[in-house]
Amino acid sequence: MDTTRRSLIAGAAGVLSVPRLAPAQESPGVTAGEIRIGSTNALSGPVSSYSVISRCLSAMFKRLNDEGGVGGRKVNFIVYDDGYAPPRTLEQTRRLVEQDRVAFLFNQLGTPTNSAIHRYVNQRKVPHLFLATGADKWSNPREYPWTMGWQPSYRIEAQIYAKHLLEQKPNARIALLYQNDDFGKDYIAGVRDVLGPRFEGMVRTVSHEATDPTIDSQIVSLAATGADVLICGITPRFASQAIRRVHDIGWKPMFFMSNVSISGSVVMQPAGSEKGVGVITSDYRKDQGDPAWANDPGMEEWRDFMRRFVPDGEIGDNNYTYAYGAGTTMIQVLRQCGNDFSRENVMRQAASIAPLEIATLLPGVKVSTSPTNFSPIRHMQLQRWDGRSWQRFGNVIEGAQV
Amino acid sequence: MSATEEVPAVPVLVQAPPRSAMATWQRGALVLLGLAAALAPIFVLESFQLFQLTMAVIMALAVLGLNIVTGYNGQISLGHGAFYAVGAYATAILMSHGDWSFWATLPVSAAVCAGLGYAVGFPALRLGGLYLALTTFSLAVAVPQILKHRAIEDWTGGVQGLFLVKPDPPSWLPLDADQWMYLVALGVSAVLFLLSWNLIRSRVGRALMAIRDNPTAAEAMGMDTATLKTRAFAVSAMVTGIAGSLGAVVIEFVAPDSFGFGVSISLFVGMVVGGVASIAGSIFGGLFVLFVPNIAEEISKAAPGVIYGAILILFLFLLPDGFAGLLRRLAARWRDRAAR
Amino acid sequence: MDGLAHQFIAGIATGGIYASVALALVMIYQATHHVNFAQGEMATFSTFIALTLIQAGLPYWVAFVLTVVVSFALGVAIERVLMRPVQHAPVLTHVGVFIGLLLIVGNLTGWVFGYTTKVFPSPFESEGLLFGGLVSGHELGSTVVTLAVLLLVYLFFRHTTLGLAMRAAAYNPASSRLVGIRVGWMLALGWGLAAAVGAVAGMMVAPVVFLDPTMMLGILLYAFAGALLGGIDNPMGAVVGGFAVGVLENLAGAYVVGTELKLTVALAIIIGVLVVRPSGLFGRVVLSRV
Repeated sequence: MDTTRRSLIAGAAGVLSVPRLAPAQESPGVTAGEIRIGSTNALSGPVSSYSVISRCLSAMFKRLNDEGGVGGRKVNFIVYDDGYAPPRTLEQTRRLVEQDRVAFLFNQLGTPTNSAIHRYVNQRKVPHLFLATGADKWSNPREYPWTMGWQPSYRIEAQIYAKHLLEQKPNARIALLYQNDDFGKDYIAGVRDVLGPRFEGMVRTVSHEATDPTIDSQIVSLAATGADVLICGITPRFASQAIRRVHDIGWKPMFFMSNVSISGSVVMQPAGSEKGVGVITSDYRKDQGDPAWANDPGMEEWRDFMRRFVPDGEIGDNNYTYAYGAGTTMIQVLRQCGNDFSRENVMRQAASIAPLEIATLLPGVKVSTSPTNFSPIRHMQLQRWDGRSWQRFGNVIEGAQV
Repeated sequence: MSATEEVPAVPVLVQAPPRSAMATWQRGALVLLGLAAALAPIFVLESFQLFQLTMAVIMALAVLGLNIVTGYNGQISLGHGAFYAVGAYATAILMSHGDWSFWATLPVSAAVCAGLGYAVGFPALRLGGLYLALTTFSLAVAVPQILKHRAIEDWTGGVQGLFLVKPDPPSWLPLDADQWMYLVALGVSAVLFLLSWNLIRSRVGRALMAIRDNPTAAEAMGMDTATLKTRAFAVSAMVTGIAGSLGAVVIEFVAPDSFGFGVSISLFVGMVVGGVASIAGSIFGGLFVLFVPNIAEEISKAAPGVIYGAILILFLFLLPDGFAGLLRRLAARWRDRAAR
Repeated sequence: MDGLAHQFIAGIATGGIYASVALALVMIYQATHHVNFAQGEMATFSTFIALTLIQAGLPYWVAFVLTVVVSFALGVAIERVLMRPVQHAPVLTHVGVFIGLLLIVGNLTGWVFGYTTKVFPSPFESEGLLFGGLVSGHELGSTVVTLAVLLLVYLFFRHTTLGLAMRAAAYNPASSRLVGIRVGWMLALGWGLAAAVGAVAGMMVAPVVFLDPTMMLGILLYAFAGALLGGIDNPMGAVVGGFAVGVLENLAGAYVVGTELKLTVALAIIIGVLVVRPSGLFGRVVLSRV
C-alpha cells in the first residue's frame, strides 16, 4: 500500500515538474540532465563494514535513474573513501564540493569524520544531509542550519531505556557497558540525562576498546557489582559475546542492548537465540530476519530491490535496511524540490518533510522535519527478544521528553 | 596532476651530497629553480588542490622525521604516528584552551615531542630491531586510547576532539586562507628540511649512520652511541611532532580517530617508497601517501584498500630502494655520461 | 576473592587466544626471521575459507584439514610471489611489503566474504561450562589444540632434519646454502607452516570472539605482546607469554588502571620486561661476535 501511494506521488511530481521547460540552472552540481550528490564512507580500513551503505544508496539511485530520474535529471552519486579518518574526510569533502562541484552532501559516515567538516560545510552553505551517525549534535538548526542527521540519536535511545527501567525498577542498580568512543559514550549521556544527580549512586560504568578481543573481563566486573540492570552500548560482535557470556555465568539482569546490535541473524542467533531471551531494545527499523515481516509490503519492496539491484548483497546485514530508509528520505526530498535543485531549495525541502512512512521502518515510525526540527526520526518502540524474534511492546515513543 | 609541479624541486636536494662536484652557481640556480617550483602552486592551483599539496608537504615533513631515526640511525619505528598525534594535540590544546597563536604553539609542541621522543629512546636502546618495531607499533595503537582517557578529557576533548581555527593570512599579503596555509607549511617544512640536511651532513649525521651500519665499530671509535641514539629519537620525534602541529591547524580539528595506527603505517610507507635514508625521498613519500590512495580509489571503488596495497607492493618490486634509489641510479648514469 | 578468581580465569581463557596466535608469529620468526604483520589478517581469511567449506556441507574436521592444507599452500605461494622478488632488498622494504600484504588481505576478506558477524562452529561440546560459566568446553578444547600444535611444532623443529634445515636457513642463509640446504624453499615452507598454524589459531578463536573481517585486529597486538614477552624465538615462551598477557591485562584493567588503558598496560609490561631481559623471558640471549 505504502508502495503504491509513493509511486503515485512520484508520478504526480513527474507530471507537474515539466522538466523540459526548465530555465538554465545556475546551481552548483545541477545541469540540464544531471544532479551530482556527494558522500564519503569508509570503503577501506577496519570499519569498512559500513561501506555497504554506500553500495545500497548507489543502487537506489541507479533504480531511480532507470525509472527516469528526478526532475528530468539523472542522479550522479559520487562516493569517496575516507577510511574513517577525519583529515581524509575533510580532504574528500573538499574534493566533492570544490572539484566535483556536487549540489550537496548526503549520508556521510561517522561522528568524528562529520565533525571535521561540520564547520566547513556550514560556512560554504552546502546541504549536509541525513548523516550516517547517531550523535545528537546534528540537529542544531540555529547554529548549523546546513547540517541534518537522520536516525534517532543514541542518546535518546538511552533515555528511553532509563525511563523504562525506572518505571519497572525504581531502585535499580545499573551496570553500563559501553564502547569507549562517541557512540558508546552517548549511552552514558542519555542515562545521565534521566537519572540526573542519582547517576553516580545508581550506575557503574565499564568501557571496552574496539581493539579488545573479548569483553569477558568487563562482564565479570559488572556482574560482581550485583547490578540488576545491564545497558550495553556496543557493536555487533561484542554484543553477541555479551549476550552469551551474561547468560553463561548465570547473571539475569534486565538487559538493554543498543539497537545497533540487535539483528536477529547477525547478533542474536550467533549468541544463541535462547540465550538472548528477554533482551530489550528500542528500534525504528524492521528486522529483516523477523518472520513477522515475511509478507510485509514494505519489506517485500526492499527484498525486491535487493534482488534486482544488489543481488550479491548479504540479505542479513541491517545496514541495507538502514540505507534503504535514508535513501528513500533523500529521494523524497529530491522529488519535493520540483525543478529547483539549488542548495537553498534542497535545504528548504529537507527541512519540510511531511510525516512519511518508509518501507523498512516500523509501522508508526515516520520521518518528518520542519525548519526548527532537524531530527527526521524521533520515534522508536521498545521490543523484547523472545528467542525467535523481536516482540514489540508499549506504544511508539516519540523522543524521551526528559 | 598537482604532483608534477612539486617534482622539479626534488633534484635540488638529491644533487646535494658532498661528492657531487657542482659549481656554486649551478647549485644556486637549482635552489632558485626549486624555490620557484615550490611557490608556483600558490598561483597555479585551485584551493582544493593547494590544500592537498599542503597536506602532502606536511606528510613529507613527518616522513622526514621518521627517516632521521629509522633511515639514518637504523632504529625501526612503526609508531611515529604517536608523535604526530602528540604534536597535533599540543597545538590544538594550546590554541583552543589557551587562545595561543599558532606560531607560539610550535616551540611548545616541538619541546613536548622531543621530550617524549627522548623518553621513548631509552627503552629503545635495549630493544633490537624487531622488538623495537613491535613496541613502537603498540605505542601507535595505544596513543589514541590514551588521548581520550578520562583523566585528561577536559584538555583533549575526549572522543569528541577539539576544534581550532587556522591563522588568518597577514593583512598585507594578498593571499586567501588556503594559500597562506600552504606557505606556512612550506616555510616551516623548508626550514626543518634544511636543518635536517645540515644535521645529516655534519659529524653527528655521519656518527648516526656509522651507528646504524656497525654499532660495535662506532662504539670502538669512541662514539657515545647511547646518547646519540636517544637524541636521534628526540630530534626525529620533534620533526614529526611539528608536522602534527601543522596538520592540526590545517584540518582545524583533532580527534583520537584522526591518529589511528593508519597514520604510523602511512609514514612508514612514505619512508620506504620515498627511499630509506634520503631527505629528498621524504618529499616523494609525502606525495605518495597522500595521492596514491586517491589513485587506488579511481581504479576500484569496491576495494580501494586492496588496490593501494597492490600498488605499494608493485612499487617496492620495481624500486626496492625507493624513489630516491631510482634518482641515485639516474644521477649516476648521468654523471657517467657526462664524464665520458 | 571471588571476583579476582573470576578475572583470573577469564584472563586465562582470553590468554589462550593470544597464545595460539603468538605461536603462529613465533613460527614464522623461527623459519624466516621476519614478523609478518599480515599474519592476523591471513588467519582471518583462512577462517572464512573454513566457514565456506563447512557451509558447503563438509564435516568439521574435513573442512579443518582442507583449510590447513589450503592455507599452507597460500602461505607458500605468498612467499614465492611476494617475498621472493624483494629477498635481497633491505629489511625495511620487507616490512613495507608486509604492510602492503596487510592492506590487501585485510580489505579483501570483507569484500569477498561480507562484513557481518558470523557464527563459527566449534568441534567441542560448547555447553559443558566450567568455572561458573566463564570457560566453555570450546575454550578448554581449543587450549588443548594449541598445546598439541605447540608439541608438534617443537618436535618438528627439534627432531626432524627438515626442521633443523629450516632453522638453519633462517639463522644463517649463506652457510646453509653451502651445506646444500635449499634456502629459498625453506623460507617458503616456513611461510606455509606459519599460515597453517595461523589458520588453526583462527578456527580456534572464531567460536569465542565471533567471526568478522576485523576479528584478528586487536588479537594480533596482544599476541605480539605475548610473543615478545616469552621471547620471539621460543614457541613455549610464546604460549606462556600469551596466557600471561591475558591474565595481566584483565587484572590491570579490572583493578588497577581501568579498562581504557588495558592495551597501554600490556605495552608497559612488554617494555618493562624487555628492558630488563631484551630477549624476552624465555628467549635465547644472542651474543654477537665482533
